[in-house]
Amino acid sequence: MSFHLRLKPKFWDHYDVAAGPFKHLFDFRRMWRQAVILTAAVSIMPLVLMALIDYNIGRKAMNSEILLRTSRLVSNTRRTVSYFLEERKAAVEFVIRDNSYESLGNPSRLNQVLGNLKRAFGGFTDLGIVDPSGRQRAYSGPYELAGADYSGQAWFEQVMDLGVHISEVFLGFRREPHFVIASLHGEPDGSGYIVRATIDTEIFQELLSNLEISGEGDAFIVNREGVLQTPSRFYGKTLEAIPLAVPPYKEHTQVLDVAGPDGVPLVMGYAYIQNTPFILMICKQKPKLMEPWIQSQWEIFWFLMVSIAAIVVVVLWVSTFLVGRIFEADQKRVATLHQVEYSNKLASLGRMAAGVAHEINNPLAIINEKAGLIKDLFAFKKEYAADPRLAALVDAIIGSVERCATITRRLLSFARHMGGEARVGPLRMEDVVEEVLGFSIKEASYRSIEVDFEVADDMPEMETDRGKVQQILLNLINNAFAAVSDGGRLEIRVEPVEGDRVRISVSDDGCGIPESDVGKVFEPFFSTKSYQGGTGLGLSITYGLVTELGGTIGVESALGKGTTFTIVLPVKLKPSGGERNACAAG
Amino acid sequence: MRVLLVDDEKELVATLAERLALRDIYARWACTAEDALKAVDECEFDVAVLDVKIPGMSGLELKKIMERKCPETRFIFMTGHGSEADFKTGVAEAGLHYYLVKPVKLEVLVEKMKEVLQNEGEAR
Repeated sequence: MSFHLRLKPKFWDHYDVAAGPFKHLFDFRRMWRQAVILTAAVSIMPLVLMALIDYNIGRKAMNSEILLRTSRLVSNTRRTVSYFLEERKAAVEFVIRDNSYESLGNPSRLNQVLGNLKRAFGGFTDLGIVDPSGRQRAYSGPYELAGADYSGQAWFEQVMDLGVHISEVFLGFRREPHFVIASLHGEPDGSGYIVRATIDTEIFQELLSNLEISGEGDAFIVNREGVLQTPSRFYGKTLEAIPLAVPPYKEHTQVLDVAGPDGVPLVMGYAYIQNTPFILMICKQKPKLMEPWIQSQWEIFWFLMVSIAAIVVVVLWVSTFLVGRIFEADQKRVATLHQVEYSNKLASLGRMAAGVAHEINNPLAIINEKAGLIKDLFAFKKEYAADPRLAALVDAIIGSVERCATITRRLLSFARHMGGEARVGPLRMEDVVEEVLGFSIKEASYRSIEVDFEVADDMPEMETDRGKVQQILLNLINNAFAAVSDGGRLEIRVEPVEGDRVRISVSDDGCGIPESDVGKVFEPFFSTKSYQGGTGLGLSITYGLVTELGGTIGVESALGKGTTFTIVLPVKLKPSGGERNACAAG
Repeated sequence: MRVLLVDDEKELVATLAERLALRDIYARWACTAEDALKAVDECEFDVAVLDVKIPGMSGLELKKIMERKCPETRFIFMTGHGSEADFKTGVAEAGLHYYLVKPVKLEVLVEKMKEVLQNEGEAR
């Protein structure tokens, strides 16, 4: 048997022909399907729902966590950058206030001041003094810029207007990216001068490159046109335009979800640094940030899958088991119904037989008396003394009546025990066998079947239900007659066995039962004669009856050689539990 | 010996009566309970042979009425039913010991009648 067939439950292909309008009640496959779907849905749905809710909540929490962390990082970095710039601005302011125009114009003094600035603050590259006409009066630094003319340059205009200026990063005369902090020292008489310090962008970059940014993050500074002021990891070198849109001006730190140039979703935090052309930007790659969380989600997903598989297996098993049980119970119910129907049929048959026998007995009695009278007349009256052949004829009539009477008496006695309530009484097994055989003796002689009936000498008198014993014997003997072919042989043996039991064996030399079917003959609806009108219930009912009488039934068979049914019944039928209780109550 | 035969089958009781008469036994017959009761007015019968079922009433009821009228009469029952249940009720209710299943052999009937009269004292 293949694995598939072994897994397939018994009820799968069951079709109840007799269910009629209640067919849906006996559609076990549908019942099974409903049980599986319902239980699986009820157990899996909450699990899946929980997982989905957890996924959504987790994702939202993760998102806001990312935004919050990015926002905090941007704020802190902005403060650092602002502070860095403020510090340098203040340093320049201090230089102006600490020195007179004359002393700053002195190159050695200017060198000394620049040296101090470098040592104390760092990041200063050079220092210059520019007069209001835009000409550099004094210069200290690595380049030959003394006397350079800045008039007309944007930063110069602005510092003259606003008094202080922080420039964007530019290349300038020296062809190196740098930016400028310039401060105007105005005298009350309208004259004055500008102190101009150049800040090395390297120190500026260090501020950003030292940041530890998760998620392949990138921190850089752009100007308001989106040109990089510090090199970026992913978006270009200094003074190149970033491939991202410049976010609109906001007073405070902002975090946005944007799409990167290559389509990767980014978390972009930015802040406009006050009083400077700078915008601080930090971009993180969202998928990288979500990675650990996604990892944990995968774990949950696999756990969910394994749980669902386990639930499905259990649901399938439980449903199959339960529906199988219902199916078995239903099969038992059907078998019981059939048995009841069978005994009812038997009871009506018994009543009919009794009625017929009774009705026939009356005319038989009349024939008997009339024939007797004719005989009497021959015997008592001389005038009727007649042909002896007539007397013989009358004797023949009386003989036939006697035979009919034997048949009706047997029928009446037999029918009395058929059906109806169980009655336990004394009986001799050999008598019952004789009685049952009496019905088949004619058939046996027509078909030249030899019937061999052996009874042991020491048979005890039994006390059991005669009607049931009759039915058992009738079924077995009828089966044997059906199995043997004409001219066959039937052997019935009755003998006492140990433990107050009686063994009855019915053997035939008929067709036999195939080995594969021997185990199934007592199952309800198993029949090899179905095309001959067998119901497949005979032996199952016999089995039931034997069990009711507290006995056992067995079968041995060899194909083509014959079959032997052996019944062992207790001599005295023990009352069943119900009756005992009734007695105790009474 | 005087005998009353009661059965709803006229042919049966009439023939039986004739056969008994041939054997010098006085026999009368009735087909209904009513006729039977009329016949026993004079209490002339030693034995009454009753069918278990008689039109009008059951054989046992008829027996009770007849017993009251004529306590000397003995009874034999005939049945076409051969029912054990009937027999048992009969024994319990009426001390019914004599019981024949139809069809009856005349010799057996005569023997039973003799037996019933002999066991007069024990029957009760």
